[in-house]
Amino acid sequence: MAHESGSHHPSIPALEGRFGEAVQFHETTAGDQVSVVVDAARIREILEWLKTEPSQHYEFLSDLTAVDFGGGRPLQVVYQLWSLAHRRSLRVKAELPLDALEIDSVEPLWKTADWLEREVYDLFGIEFRGHPDLRRILMPEAYAEGHPLRKDFPLRGRFSRAEQTRRALRQDVEDFYIPLEMELGREPQLVNLSSGDSEAASADAPSED
Amino acid sequence: MATKTVEFTVGRSPEMGSQGGIAYAPLHPVDLPEPDLGSEHMLINIGPQHPATHGVLRLVCELDGETVLKVIPHIGYLHTGFEKLGEYRSWNQVVPLTDRMDYLAPLIYNCAYVMSVEKLMGIEVTERCKVVRVIMMELDRIFGHLLWLGTTAIDVGAFTPFLYAFQQREKIYTLHEALTGARITTSATRVGGMMADLPDGWAEAVRDFANGLPATLDEINNLLTTNGIHLGRTQDIGVISGEDAINYGFTGPNLRASGVPYDVRKDRPYYDYETYDFDVPVGEIGDCYDRYLVRMEEMVQSLRILHQALDRLPGGPINVQDPRISLPSKTDCMNDMESMIHHFKLITEGIRAPVGDSWFSVEASKGELGMYVVSDGGTKPVRWRVRPPSFVNLSVIPKLAEGHLMSDLIMINASLDIVLGEIDR
Repeated sequence: MAHESGSHHPSIPALEGRFGEAVQFHETTAGDQVSVVVDAARIREILEWLKTEPSQHYEFLSDLTAVDFGGGRPLQVVYQLWSLAHRRSLRVKAELPLDALEIDSVEPLWKTADWLEREVYDLFGIEFRGHPDLRRILMPEAYAEGHPLRKDFPLRGRFSRAEQTRRALRQDVEDFYIPLEMELGREPQLVNLSSGDSEAASADAPSED
Repeated sequence: MATKTVEFTVGRSPEMGSQGGIAYAPLHPVDLPEPDLGSEHMLINIGPQHPATHGVLRLVCELDGETVLKVIPHIGYLHTGFEKLGEYRSWNQVVPLTDRMDYLAPLIYNCAYVMSVEKLMGIEVTERCKVVRVIMMELDRIFGHLLWLGTTAIDVGAFTPFLYAFQQREKIYTLHEALTGARITTSATRVGGMMADLPDGWAEAVRDFANGLPATLDEINNLLTTNGIHLGRTQDIGVISGEDAINYGFTGPNLRASGVPYDVRKDRPYYDYETYDFDVPVGEIGDCYDRYLVRMEEMVQSLRILHQALDRLPGGPINVQDPRISLPSKTDCMNDMESMIHHFKLITEGIRAPVGDSWFSVEASKGELGMYVVSDGGTKPVRWRVRPPSFVNLSVIPKLAEGHLMSDLIMINASLDIVLGEIDR
């Protein structure tokens, strides 16, 4: 197996040759792990190339997450790629300034990005353009305190304990269902109530005798 | 050294019954004309408190009769914010958070976390520590698989394997207790080594356990592998192809059941796994039955690794001697001021990791467990990210379950081997 280091990682020159300016810089950390920072505007194109190009073939998206360094610095979206064929890993990062937290979704490339992007959206507030179902995943849908893994989010949350309790108690049963589910659930009930209710009651009554 | 994946193809042959097991009798649906039952769809909410969801998981299903049309999983009921908490703790203080994620195989999580920090700091642990961690991780792989086996069998109506499996798990609990003082919340590792060396007689106790387990596995094998009810409930249920499994991010036994021989221990080996002699079981079809067979075989392979690791367990120190992380001896502290200051700084501030980030993945019992740590040179992580295998595995359940019966949804959910502590974190 080829030893990996920053200059020897075969994907770096290939990426630089193919995308030029969009590859901003690369570094080697923790001894032998190569990360490359790319232009966030072209992330989808770059990852698609890394996935499908036979000499790269990173067909496995191990992980997708984000890092907030605090202090107003840009958020990093981090993609951990693994090539089953070449047994090689690559970490791709894209930086997003705090006033433009939007990046293209890679869900069309890897289905596994569906939940991973929802998690990043939930905990960091990064919007993924083109994601089919971008909503909160770990926090409740009605959570109003913001995005917990951001550095400006206090450990105990933004609201007081009393306010958090008040909000929890005020929740309605319907709050636990997303609009799609409400739609699915509502239709048969309406049919029952409008047309079948009185008939069903009268039809049941004689059979119980 | 180049690694070689030995493909152990697990069989699924109709002649299994001839070997003395219960006859092969797949359940066929009754061939009758479809009665007119109306076309109303029903919305069913399963969970979050339901024994068949294996944790605090909520599934909202749209049903047509008994057929599942749509599954929408809802998670987050156990969300504890471990990753956020980790940013407020020093590097070693994060260890107790890790075993509360996968409380069904806590030692693997303890190890994976410190391995990522050691990778970042450039620490090479001692030979003894490596072998001890391999023993711990293989023990907990069996630990996790036994729980999966027992609870999944219960989901399809087989109660006895549950008792057999939990009897063996109890023995591993005892081993945990002897090693760490705790049965579930082990917190056994520290950056650069272990909390303590092995207690006297522990390795022999592991050997006794490893010698005793095959008999139990054989009994469970007899009860389930050729059992007509079990075959009918699992074969051709929740099928996923290898290509889809990769695209959906499946890892671990779930991926290997679909025929992809990707095992982190073989493909990106750590702790000299390439020098252990073991096979990677691979399924063919990728249904619930293959996932069952792969896990059963994995326990046998884990026992092989356990025996080899116990044979080669070297002596010597278990912790590295590195002034950045190891405490000076008590005698030194009492005799010279510098050691006292050093000790004080390490205890009050904690160890420091260099600027950078590191990703370390290990083969956990549920799949590929990745730990990603980012440091700014301080005593606390800037970001500690866990790539939870069951989170990604669970996200596939809508694809696997749609079109199957309601009762199959329970089997599919069980066959994925999820643990909600790790999904919600």
